[in-house]
Amino acid sequence: MRAMVYRGPYKMRVEEKHKPTIEHPNDAIVRVTLAAICGSDLHLYHGLMPDTRIGHTFGHEFIGVVDEVGSSVQNLKPGDRVMVPFNIFCGSCWYCARGLYSNCHNVNPNATAVGGIYGYSHTTGGYDGGQAEFVRVPFADVGPVLIPDWMHDEDAVLLTDATPTGYFGAQCGDIVQGDTVVVFGAGPVGLVAAQSSWLMGAGRVIVVDHLEYRLEKARSFAHAETLNFTDYGDIVLELKRQTDWLGADVAIDAVGAEADGNLLQHVTTAKFKLQGGSPVALNWAIDSVRKGATVSVMGAYGPIFSAVKFGDAMNKGLTLRMNQCPVKRQWPRLFEHVRNGHLTPREIVTHRFPLEHIAEGYHVFSAKLDGCIKPLVVPTAA
Amino acid sequence: MTSTSSDLPIAYVPGRTRPTQTPEQLRARIPGWGVDLDPADRPSVPKLQFQEDLSGAHWEFPDRQPEKWPRERSVEHAFLTPVFGTAQPPKGLSGAIRKYAYRYSEGRAAHWLLLMFADRVDAGEHHLSSLLTLRPDNPITETGVLSEFTHHGLRSRVGVKRTDLVHQSLDPVIVAGPWLIGGWLAFRGVRRAVRALRG
Ligand SMILES: NC(=O)c1ccc[n+]([C@@H]2O[C@H](COP(=O)([O-])OP(=O)(O)OC[C@H]3O[C@@H](n4cnc5c(N)ncnc54)[C@H](O)[C@@H]3O)[C@@H](O)[C@H]2O)c1
Ligand SMILES: [Zn+2]
Ligand SMILES: [Zn+2]
Repeated sequence: MRAMVYRGPYKMRVEEKHKPTIEHPNDAIVRVTLAAICGSDLHLYHGLMPDTRIGHTFGHEFIGVVDEVGSSVQNLKPGDRVMVPFNIFCGSCWYCARGLYSNCHNVNPNATAVGGIYGYSHTTGGYDGGQAEFVRVPFADVGPVLIPDWMHDEDAVLLTDATPTGYFGAQCGDIVQGDTVVVFGAGPVGLVAAQSSWLMGAGRVIVVDHLEYRLEKARSFAHAETLNFTDYGDIVLELKRQTDWLGADVAIDAVGAEADGNLLQHVTTAKFKLQGGSPVALNWAIDSVRKGATVSVMGAYGPIFSAVKFGDAMNKGLTLRMNQCPVKRQWPRLFEHVRNGHLTPREIVTHRFPLEHIAEGYHVFSAKLDGCIKPLVVPTAA
Repeated sequence: MTSTSSDLPIAYVPGRTRPTQTPEQLRARIPGWGVDLDPADRPSVPKLQFQEDLSGAHWEFPDRQPEKWPRERSVEHAFLTPVFGTAQPPKGLSGAIRKYAYRYSEGRAAHWLLLMFADRVDAGEHHLSSLLTLRPDNPITETGVLSEFTHHGLRSRVGVKRTDLVHQSLDPVIVAGPWLIGGWLAFRGVRRAVRALRG
């Protein structure tokens, strides 16, 4: 089969690889019909995630058709069209039993601090991902769900990560009616977080980024106010000024490890890999919210330490909430929101790259060229 | 002396709330405003919720996937997890460093720093060995940099305020640097060997 293969930081190619096989009785093999590139993939692409091996196939956002099932699979059969959450999870460990699917303890031998994720290095379990023609899907009776007839394929693929993560980000903000919510980052996750904040009753939603074309999307797609942080010498101060010197009630970090805005932080992280993440946006969130506020962190950081302003968070009595999103737990409610038009995932898709051109897709998304917000990947045989 | 509270920013006085639009105004402007106002409608509230159906799992503990080689694992796990990825088994020098790194718990910097180091060694090993194959690494196609011409590389950058351009200029150095250093070392090595032979 054809598959994207990592060749080192900033480099990848498409190779002929062995088709995955059933390795466990509850495995399925899924033929991928549509995949996407996520902001999280950029951390792998830039060589920031420890134990990203040469030859690894990325991709944790995909939908497809069941090709083969293992002997104990009861809920799926070949030919079923399925959407697969980015989390690999067993359903039965202490964590899964309590709904923390993203923290499953039975699927990632390499680390206990993170669960299993498709195509996301060995630190999340060493599974090849879905930017390929076929992918191994463990626990086929637990993770995947049949794509409802009414659902558009592009909505389905966004529901495997970006959309639930943005929505989960707003939930972790514990928004109450009338709250002022600041979202850092106008990528797919931040845009959905802004849109979802309204569903939870926000009174004001402000999105911060430095890419004007994405802020434009935040205004039209998420009905948000926007601030371009390059317009202000000090974005923290500006946010205080704009919130009557109180600060926002809730901040959502939808940026993560490769934040811009402080060259030293960025370069020590993204270029020289000296810290687990450049917490520029997280520090702006901590410093700009009001005391007693909640900061929800959806942005991903590596396992090495990061220079976070923890003293300010403590002194301000902040609540910090965060996790990888437990995707499947969001689905029943999110399916309703998509069906009712309250959430409109596929409106953020800007590019569709054939699998054979995936290296261009990563470059365009990483360098933020051509108005790119969300690139999809279309496998050869799809 | 007292000032009237309405002159002061709300942070300094007790009772004022933020001026916002009314729920009716918000509902008229934003599709779905407030549909998840009640935390009971939010799927991850409360955080821990026992899933009676175990999300479809029909086992207490899953079957164990066969272990085909000694699978590296975190020492913070009591045993090898029943299911695991089998992509890219550790090989070569990078593989040896990785196996060594897994002796340290995730709480130790050594664990992660060794893994990061092994990643760089792995890249070096593969770049070198690719030169001996029919498909050597090609930095032009593999970086996707040709999309600069097809996807408005210039227009996406000039005349816009973006702070990432400063460090984007470092990217070519990071991609090409190891090649240049490697080439230079190889050149010096060959020159020295030639001199020694002549010598
Ligand atoms: N928790 C989860 O389950 C989960 C799931 C998916 C993605 N993520 C993470 O969420 C983050 C965002 O993902 P995405 O797909 O939207 O990525 P993205 O790269 O498209 O978006 C990030 C945005 O942040 C902006 N930005 C950079 N520095 C900033 C700063 N200092 N302040 C404000 N904005 C800044 C960038 O310009 C960009 O628009 C990533 O870190 C990703 O790894 C987490
Ligand atoms: Zn993702
Ligand atoms: Zn589990």
